[in-house]
Amino acid sequence: MTAHVDSHAAPTSAEDFLNRRATLSQRIHTVLHRQPALSPAIVLVLAGAVFALLNSRFYQLGNLSLVAQQVAVVGSLAVGQTLVILTAGIDLSIGAVMVLSSLVMSKLAFDHGVPGVLALLIGAALAVAAQAVNGLLVTRIKLPPFIVTLGTLSIFTAATLIFAKGQTVALPPGAFLLWSSQTISLGSLHLTTGVLLMIALYAVIGFALRYTAWGRHLYAVGDDVEASRLAGISVNRVLLSAYMVAGLAIAVAAWILVGRVGGGDPNSGINANLESITAVVIGGTSLFGGRGVVLGSLIGACIVQVFDNGLALAGFDPNYQVLAVGVLVIAAVSVDQWIRSVKS
Amino acid sequence: MTAPVLEAKGLVKLFGRVVGLNDVDLTLYPGEVLAVIGDNGAGKSTLIKCLSGAMVPDEGSILVNGSAVHFKGPQDARDAGIETVYQTLAVAPALDIASNLFLAREIRRKGPLGSVLRMLDTSAMKQQATEHINRLGITTLQNIGQAVETLSGGQRQAVAVARAGAFGGKVVILDEPTAALGVRETGQVLKLVKDLRDQGLGIILISHNMPNVFEVADRIHIQRLGSCAGVITPRSHSMEDAVAVMTGAKTLTPTSGT
Ligand SMILES: Nc1ncnc2c1ncn2[C@@H]1O[C@H](COP(=O)(O)OP(=O)(O)O)[C@@H](O)[C@H]1O
Ligand SMILES: [Mg+2]
Repeated sequence: MTAHVDSHAAPTSAEDFLNRRATLSQRIHTVLHRQPALSPAIVLVLAGAVFALLNSRFYQLGNLSLVAQQVAVVGSLAVGQTLVILTAGIDLSIGAVMVLSSLVMSKLAFDHGVPGVLALLIGAALAVAAQAVNGLLVTRIKLPPFIVTLGTLSIFTAATLIFAKGQTVALPPGAFLLWSSQTISLGSLHLTTGVLLMIALYAVIGFALRYTAWGRHLYAVGDDVEASRLAGISVNRVLLSAYMVAGLAIAVAAWILVGRVGGGDPNSGINANLESITAVVIGGTSLFGGRGVVLGSLIGACIVQVFDNGLALAGFDPNYQVLAVGVLVIAAVSVDQWIRSVKS
Repeated sequence: MTAPVLEAKGLVKLFGRVVGLNDVDLTLYPGEVLAVIGDNGAGKSTLIKCLSGAMVPDEGSILVNGSAVHFKGPQDARDAGIETVYQTLAVAPALDIASNLFLAREIRRKGPLGSVLRMLDTSAMKQQATEHINRLGITTLQNIGQAVETLSGGQRQAVAVARAGAFGGKVVILDEPTAALGVRETGQVLKLVKDLRDQGLGIILISHNMPNVFEVADRIHIQRLGSCAGVITPRSHSMEDAVAVMTGAKTLTPTSGT
C-alpha cells in the first residue's frame, strides 16, 4: 500500500476529473450493490415486454396464471437454496429431499391410511431432518457443502427409489394433500393455493432475513466466517439453522409438488435442484455468500418460466429457452463479480 | 498506582514440542497503553489469544480486576469486558457500519415485535452507533449506513476499534492494527488508541512498528522466544535498546523498567 504523503484531503483537479468520470458507473455500481434484486427485476420486465410484443397472448391473465403455477415448486425450493447459498454453500440434494418428502407424504396417506395433516407433518419433519444431516456434516465434519450434498443427493435419491419400489402414488380427488393445487380464481386469474403458499414462504423468510438478528448473522457468516466467529456469532449454529430452515422450504415445495403431480412420483422434479440454483443465481444472490435477497430468487424463477413460456408462444424451438437461461446465468454471475469488486 | 485491570501470571502454552508461551506474566493498568513487541514467533499472538479467550493456556492464571477468570472462548472474555481487534479485520464487509458495531449484540424492538417476531431495532442501533462514534471522536466515519467494504483500510480498522471501544469494556486488545495501513491511516488509528486510553480503558497494543510503539505506549512488554524479556518504558529506554532486547543482543537487568 502506498503511503499518503499529503495530510490535507483537498482533492486536486485531476482527482476531481477522475471522480466525475467514474460517477455513472460508480452510481450504477452502488445501486446494484444495495439492491441485488434490481437487475433481475429489470430483466424480467424487459423480457415480459418483448414477449408481449412477440405474441399478445403472453400478457393474458390466463397465461400469466399458468406461469405462476409452474413457478410454485421451483420457486419454493429456491427459498431453501437461497438460504444455503447465502452462507457461501450450495445444496445439490435439496431436490432429492423434496421428492423423498413428497413421496413419503403421499405414500403414508394413500398406502398406510395416515391422516393427510399428519402425513404432511411427517413428510415435513423428514425434510428438516434430512437437511439437518447436511448441516451437521458441514459443521461437524467440516466437509465442503458441495461434497456433502453431492453424497446425500445419491443417498436421498436411492432412499426415494427404494421406498417407492418403482411405483407412483395417485391420491384420490379431495385428499387433504391435494389442497395445495386448489384453484383460486380472481376473474380470469387462476392462482392455486400452492402459489399462495409459495408467496407466504417468501414473505416469512424474507422478513426473517431482513429484520431479525438471525438473518443478519446468516449474511455475516456467508460474508466472512472468520470475522463472524471473532465477532461472537455461533457460526455452526447459524449454518445448521440455514440448512434446517431450508428443510422447511423444501417441505412446502414437496407439498406443492404433491398437488401438481396428484400424488407421489419418484421421477418427478428431476431438474428441480439445478433449476433452484439457476433461479437463485439469476436472482442476483452471490455464489460467494453473504449477498442477495430472497425476493431475487422468486424473480429468477419467474424469469426462467417466462422465457420458457414466452419463447414457446413466439414460436421458437424450446431449445432456445435452455440456451437463453444459460446466457442469463453467466450474465448474472458476471454482474455479481462486478458488484463484489469494490474499489475503496 | 491504581489496581491492575488485567493480570496474567505464569502463562504457559505448548504446541506439541513448540513452546508458544513459557511462564509469562503481564500486568495492565486502566488508562494505559501497554505495547507488546517481539520478533516473529516470539509468542505475541499466543499471549493475547490467551487473554482474549481465543486460546486456553496450559498453565497459569488470568485475573480481571483482581478476580480469577477462566475463559473458554472469546465470548467469555468479552463478557468480562475484554474486547479484541484482530490482525485480520474482523468486520463483515457487506454489512453497514452500524450493523458491524452491533454484530452479535443486536438490539431488538420493544414489545411483541421484538419478543415474538424478533425484529431488530435498526434505528436505535444506528443512533447508538452514531453516539459511540462521536464519543470516540472518530471523524473518518461519516455515513453510518455505508457498507464497510466501501471504506478504506484505515476506516475499516476504525470500525473494528470503535466496535471494541464502544461497549463499556475494560480492556481493548489490538493485534497489529496498523500492519496493513498507510501512514495517514496509521495516524488515525493511533489517535483512536490514545482516545480510548484517555477514557480510562486499558489497551494492549501489539505492533512491529517501533516508532508507533514509542509514540503511544506507556509501557512496553518485550517477548522473546516465548518468554517475557522485560518491561520497559519509552522514557527509560531507547528504540535501539528495545530492538536489542527483542533480538537477544542485550538483556535487561531485573531492576530496570517497571
Ligand atoms: N496454533 C498453533 N499451532 C502450533 N504452533 C503454533 C500455533 N500458534 C503459534 N504457534 C507457534 O508458537 C510460537 C509463537 O507464535 P506466535 O504467538 O504466533 O508468535 P508472534 O505472534 O509473536 O509472531 C511460534 O513458534 C509458532 O510457530
Ligand atoms: Mg502474530
